[in-house]
Amino acid sequence: MLTSEVKKLLVQIVGQENYKDSNEMRLVYSYDATPTFQSLPDAVISPRNKEEIQKILQLCNEQQIPIVPRGSGTNLCAGTCPTQGGIVLLFTHMDKILEIDEENLTATVQPGVITLDLINAVEERGLFYPPDPSSMKISTIGGNINENSGGLRGLKYGVTRDYVLGLEAVLPNGNIIRTGGKLAKDVAGYDLTRLFVGSEGTLGVVTEVLLKLVPMPETKSTMLVLYEDIDAAARSVSKIISNRIIPTTLEFLDKPTLEVVEDFAKIGLPTHANAVLLIEQDGPPEIVSRDMEKIAMVCREEQALSVEMAATEEEADALRTARRSALSALARMKPTTILEDATVPRSKISEMVRAINEIAAKYDLNICTFGHAGDGNLHPTCLTDARNEEEMERVEHAFAEIFDKAIALGGTITGEHGVGEMKSPYLEWKLGKEGVEAMKAIKQAFDPNNIMNPGKMFAKDSRKRVLV
Amino acid sequence: MRNIENYASEVQQELKERLDYDELMNCMRCGFCLPSCPTYTQTNKNEAASPRGRIALMKGVVDGVIEPDEDFEEQLNLCLGCRACEPVCPSGVKYGHLLEEARDVLEQKKKHKWPVKVMRHLVFEEFFPKKDRIRRLNNLLWLYQKSGVQKVVQKSKVLNVLPGNLANMESILPEIPAPKEMKNRPEHLDPFNVEAPKKRVAFFAGCLMDTMFMPTNDATVKLLQLAGCEVFIPPAQGCCGALHAHSGEKNGAKELAKQNIRAFEELDVDYIISNAGGCGAFLIDYDHLLKDDPEWYERAKAFVLKTKDISEVLVELDFHEKPLAVQPQVVTYQDSCHLRNVMRTSSAPRKLLKSIEGVTFKEMKDPDQCCGSAGVYNIVQQDMSMQILDSKMEKAKATQAQTIVTANPGCLLQMKLGIKREKMESNAKAVHIVDLLLEAYEGAASGEDNIREVAVTDS
Ligand SMILES: Cc1cc2nc3c(=O)[nH]c(=O)nc-3n(C[C@H](O)[C@H](O)[C@H](O)COP(=O)(O)OP(=O)(O)OC[C@H]3O[C@@H](n4cnc5c(N)ncnc54)[C@H](O)[C@@H]3O)c2cc1C
Ligand code: SF4
Ligand code: SF4
Repeated sequence: MLTSEVKKLLVQIVGQENYKDSNEMRLVYSYDATPTFQSLPDAVISPRNKEEIQKILQLCNEQQIPIVPRGSGTNLCAGTCPTQGGIVLLFTHMDKILEIDEENLTATVQPGVITLDLINAVEERGLFYPPDPSSMKISTIGGNINENSGGLRGLKYGVTRDYVLGLEAVLPNGNIIRTGGKLAKDVAGYDLTRLFVGSEGTLGVVTEVLLKLVPMPETKSTMLVLYEDIDAAARSVSKIISNRIIPTTLEFLDKPTLEVVEDFAKIGLPTHANAVLLIEQDGPPEIVSRDMEKIAMVCREEQALSVEMAATEEEADALRTARRSALSALARMKPTTILEDATVPRSKISEMVRAINEIAAKYDLNICTFGHAGDGNLHPTCLTDARNEEEMERVEHAFAEIFDKAIALGGTITGEHGVGEMKSPYLEWKLGKEGVEAMKAIKQAFDPNNIMNPGKMFAKDSRKRVLV
Repeated sequence: MRNIENYASEVQQELKERLDYDELMNCMRCGFCLPSCPTYTQTNKNEAASPRGRIALMKGVVDGVIEPDEDFEEQLNLCLGCRACEPVCPSGVKYGHLLEEARDVLEQKKKHKWPVKVMRHLVFEEFFPKKDRIRRLNNLLWLYQKSGVQKVVQKSKVLNVLPGNLANMESILPEIPAPKEMKNRPEHLDPFNVEAPKKRVAFFAGCLMDTMFMPTNDATVKLLQLAGCEVFIPPAQGCCGALHAHSGEKNGAKELAKQNIRAFEELDVDYIISNAGGCGAFLIDYDHLLKDDPEWYERAKAFVLKTKDISEVLVELDFHEKPLAVQPQVVTYQDSCHLRNVMRTSSAPRKLLKSIEGVTFKEMKDPDQCCGSAGVYNIVQQDMSMQILDSKMEKAKATQAQTIVTANPGCLLQMKLGIKREKMESNAKAVHIVDLLLEAYEGAASGEDNIREVAVTDS
């Protein structure tokens, strides 16, 4: 609960219309896209500029009030669930594209800009902003930066991190810092830009972002490859890359995922295949066609049932849109959909797929798998019911085992969805005690009172690792 | 005095019993529906005014996390019920059903203040279920328009004392058909120009459509005949019940549904045709409405399977391949939300429009976003409705269309209101698609006659 004194001060800073603490407003900012997490904040505030944010942070720092910055609340790690109450900070007033610099190929934006709006705005000028998380039609740039989000184009173009040239952030003590710049090179001091990328709102509030753009690729080509054997599909992924081809997109979907996606999208996806790969390449026409031919050959060698090229851009777009709906479409099957984000080196993808299927069988769970196979990033998704406690326990064991396997293969517990509160008990598995200590020291330096998104990233207790 | 706490816990209990909990859980909170929701975008992204937020609010009440307070109710009222959130939801959440159930609970529990109560009784129990009464009102309106009283009244500005939009709405009412025109229609009509009918169809005339918009209904029947259909118009049919269900009068809606199913099921027809998206969408939801009644559920399912919008059937019967022509004009199409989001009809009307010679079809930005009409929404939620309408008109204007086509009476009136608000009356008009299609058919026919005449004199 905020004292009436604090409330008065906050209202003074942002104005009555930007301060909300009705039950209704507290409820609708109590969740994100992470299942089973819900907790009401004390208030919801929409500041209009960085000066207001500065004052809010100073006040909260003094009063030790938690602050949870929130974009569109689509993260999958309980990253914006206000589990310790406090203030949810919105960026609905800070949602402008400030500049698109066609000479330096950069865009300057506020954190509340919707990812797809930015992509469309730069494409209108023949430029390209590659990071395209499946949630891009509603996710914000602020959220993308703080989760270091990936997307369908990640294999060739990298993730959000690779496009952040600089940013402006307000620190808990009220200091405003600006990092990076429109520079191709810059080694002045620690790389704070990179530190803020993926920091999940635990270090400060990002108030402005300088992004790198690239020229729009000349052409693009899309194909769908069908497999009888899931393993063969996974092997094709590793083989394409070891053949030194880096496609833009290399996505994997298994049969149950295909079925629900088709149920939603109704575009005639092949639901008889046990697995499909969605593959895209872009660039100059001659290179695209050469690569696509070679990829098709590799897939056929791996006993692909068929290799189909999208005939039109509309068809290709329908395929991409269908793929982006995979997670939400799976949600139609069961009341609760719990997804993970384990990532392994590309060469280990088929081993990981096999392990997931074995673990699902062992715990008698319904786990579907899709994901950015080319990045080694899979989304094993368990269809379950949060009301069934016994099954939920098995789910937890199964996912612990999946994490374990991923780490054993040289992978990580999360490739792009972040740690948040959900995966914080597993962070130590990946980093070791010393790794977590080092990170905590950084957190302590920026946020000694632990007001920025407390409870996220670092767990009170690490989960005990049961080695199997 | 009513005990407020008691009221809240009763509402909560009732919602708990009646809202489908699996459906509430089916929302995985991905947020994919947010950009499609007009109230979310118009409130500068207020989560509470979004589909995800409203579902969370309903679940919050059912779970006992919050009480069903005034904010809760207002938020449900602010929802347009346009259901744009449904086709974009990969998880297939049936938001419309949740909303309807929740609203019904609130209405049932609410002790209406007496004038509202009397008014509601008149509207929902006395007026809409009874066709002759609708006609009577219609006749009064006709008298009002024809007697010159309308002009006097409009001039005197006394209407400005009416709450908000009612005054505006009054001025855009279509010309009401004269009492003698409100004849009872024939129950059966044969197709034109074909020996054997291509399809047997039954026409759902609707209540507003069959009175205020009678010429549009006449045009619909004629188009069906031209397309080769044998048309039945069962006289025992009534209002579809949408207005009831959307205002929390679900039992009344169920009775009307049964009346309609009874009226249509005996006719052995291929399709039941509607020409109003709002009605059609409710007709195809009859199975859901009657789901708890096994006998009626089966009968409703059979009814639902046959129900189609006129544009779908015209396309199926290749009407777009007939000669159709109008004076050269730019045309844009405003989707009827319920036609698009519930009946999932959006390409057939466009195909028909594009096939008309003289039509330059220009799509406006976001044609699938609600125009703010939404049943009685534009009267009870004026501010939001006008905000939505203004942004809609901006997009319509950008196409420079002279003709804005819609497929639902509510949308049609709203578009007319928009044209008036924007002072575009001199260069733009709004029409129902069937009226334009008939005009195009007749235009082409007379054009051909002209050509034939020219040919004759030439030789
Ligand atoms: C169906 C679905 C598909 C998805 N697909 C992908 C995918 O393909 N790839 C992927 O990487 N992710 C994906 N995600 C996850 C999620 O969409 C991304 O993490 C996205 O970047 C979150 O954006 P948001 O605006 O919703 O941020 P939020 O969820 O609101 O916030 C995310 C984090 O950023 C912090 N934050 C937000 N704004 C600021 C700010 N201005 N300053 C400081 N901290 C801030 C928050 O505190 C939180 O820790 C998907 C999610 C869903 C539901
Ligand atoms: S798109 Fe569907 S599942 Fe996603 S938030 Fe909206 S209603 Fe819920
Ligand atoms: S019905 Fe329309 S207004 Fe209501 S939540 Fe869905 S999209 Fe928004």
